[in-house]
Amino acid sequence: MNMPFYVAPEQIMKDRADYARKGIARGKSLVAVTYRDGILLCAENVSNTLRKISEIYDRIAFAGVGKYNEFDQLRIAGVRHADLKGYAYSRQDVEARSLANQYAQILGQIFTHEMKPMEVEILVAEIGDEVGTEQLFHILYDGTVNDESRWSVLGGETEAISERLGDLHDAGLDVAAALRAAVGALAGPERTLVADDLEVALLDRTLGRRCFRRLGIAEVDELLAGPRPEPGAKSDGAAD
Amino acid sequence: MSLPPLRSLPSFGAGEDPGPSFTGLLAASGRAADIGRPDAAGPGDLSGVTHGTTVVALRHCDGVVMAGDRRATAGNLISHRTIEKVYPAGRHAGVAIAGAAGPSMEMVRLFQLQLEHYEKVEGQPLSLDGQANQLSQMVRANLTSALRGLLVVPLFAGWDERRQCGRLFQYDVTGGRYEEQDYAAGGSGSLHAGTVVKLGFRPGLEPAAAGDLAISALFQAADEDSATGGPDLVRGIFPVVVNIDADGYRRLDDSHVEERFRALLATLDADAGAANTERSPGDAT
Repeated sequence: MNMPFYVAPEQIMKDRADYARKGIARGKSLVAVTYRDGILLCAENVSNTLRKISEIYDRIAFAGVGKYNEFDQLRIAGVRHADLKGYAYSRQDVEARSLANQYAQILGQIFTHEMKPMEVEILVAEIGDEVGTEQLFHILYDGTVNDESRWSVLGGETEAISERLGDLHDAGLDVAAALRAAVGALAGPERTLVADDLEVALLDRTLGRRCFRRLGIAEVDELLAGPRPEPGAKSDGAAD
Repeated sequence: MSLPPLRSLPSFGAGEDPGPSFTGLLAASGRAADIGRPDAAGPGDLSGVTHGTTVVALRHCDGVVMAGDRRATAGNLISHRTIEKVYPAGRHAGVAIAGAAGPSMEMVRLFQLQLEHYEKVEGQPLSLDGQANQLSQMVRANLTSALRGLLVVPLFAGWDERRQCGRLFQYDVTGGRYEEQDYAAGGSGSLHAGTVVKLGFRPGLEPAAAGDLAISALFQAADEDSATGGPDLVRGIFPVVVNIDADGYRRLDDSHVEERFRALLATLDADAGAANTERSPGDAT
């Protein structure tokens, strides 16, 4: 009779985490930043059809990086959860916090119980009525939830991108300045990203009931046409 | 790998997945909507429940105008003075309902959700034909209830982005769907409202003229049909008038509808005055 080799639980978890992290780091990154009217989500994505950012509910957006089929499955489950809840109770009872908890439970359960963890990192973003009421729930492959308030970075190279965002971001930015900050942080000093490489969407509280809106390539082009923000120049952006 | 079943985040096996359908999702998660459940209406005659009445829709050069009065009746009593019978459905379409108010409103709510759910799951909106077909299936599912008195007979109109024109559809209780070229009317005052629209209709009407014609149709229907509410100048209640074109669904301001009603009344007054002056010399002799 064959006995399975003993592997320490620490080792199992570490191997799974390494596996998931490698899968996620292979893909391109995504950032979400708060701005004057809500939240701007911006991903490096060469495809115009396979989306990383999408609408969940009136004030809630979803973003995912990593394996497309895996985060898309989570996205659809989220839309279903939100629409069922809104139908059974009321639209105002659908909130990001409860959805983020559900996602965290699922990802945690898959991470510990399944052979293969999900190679995804997801973001559940929600805006409120006023500036400063934005919520960004950043959920990792193992179910860890981070509640972030100003910006969120998903994917590989998060530290470098986050550091650059820290220099460029300000909550009072208008949409063009916020987009330029997001793109500047994603690109870094050595690259230039153009509208074709980007997928951009907004949660804009001025839009009425459904706050989610995608920006087309032409619109992104136009917004990017302004001057690229220099690190430390964020007070100028806020004055726009 | 499918998602593990956990509290309320829905996940389904391969054969049970409802796809982008919200009503399918309700059924698959054991919460099927009452709309279309054969036993939902219960036994007996339910024709005395609250009913909504007259709605009209007509095409114009830029799209479609829809309008509905605000009265709901239960038998011979007025049960509500301010209900609304015209609702947005998706970004570029509207649905107007005539029939039993409860099931109608529930159907509209489900229909709106169905369209929004489809758009979110699939990443693009359902075509106008697809929307009209969805509504058809919902009306047909309600047939058993309709035979017991809970009629739901909607009008559906919208801007077709593929054909770049306004289109409108009329339904019957069996879910039959009939595309109309010019105009359609539904509900108890539809005979009168429809006739007024028929006489005033010309292809390629301006949107403002189409709105005025719809307002006039509802006014005349209210004049002849006790279940249709006319403009209520005392309480400030006016019909709902919406315009749908390439820019989407837009409800006209109550103040604008009031202004158009006052203009209509002034015209009718002037006509009556002219008729009286013509008649008075004859009366004197």
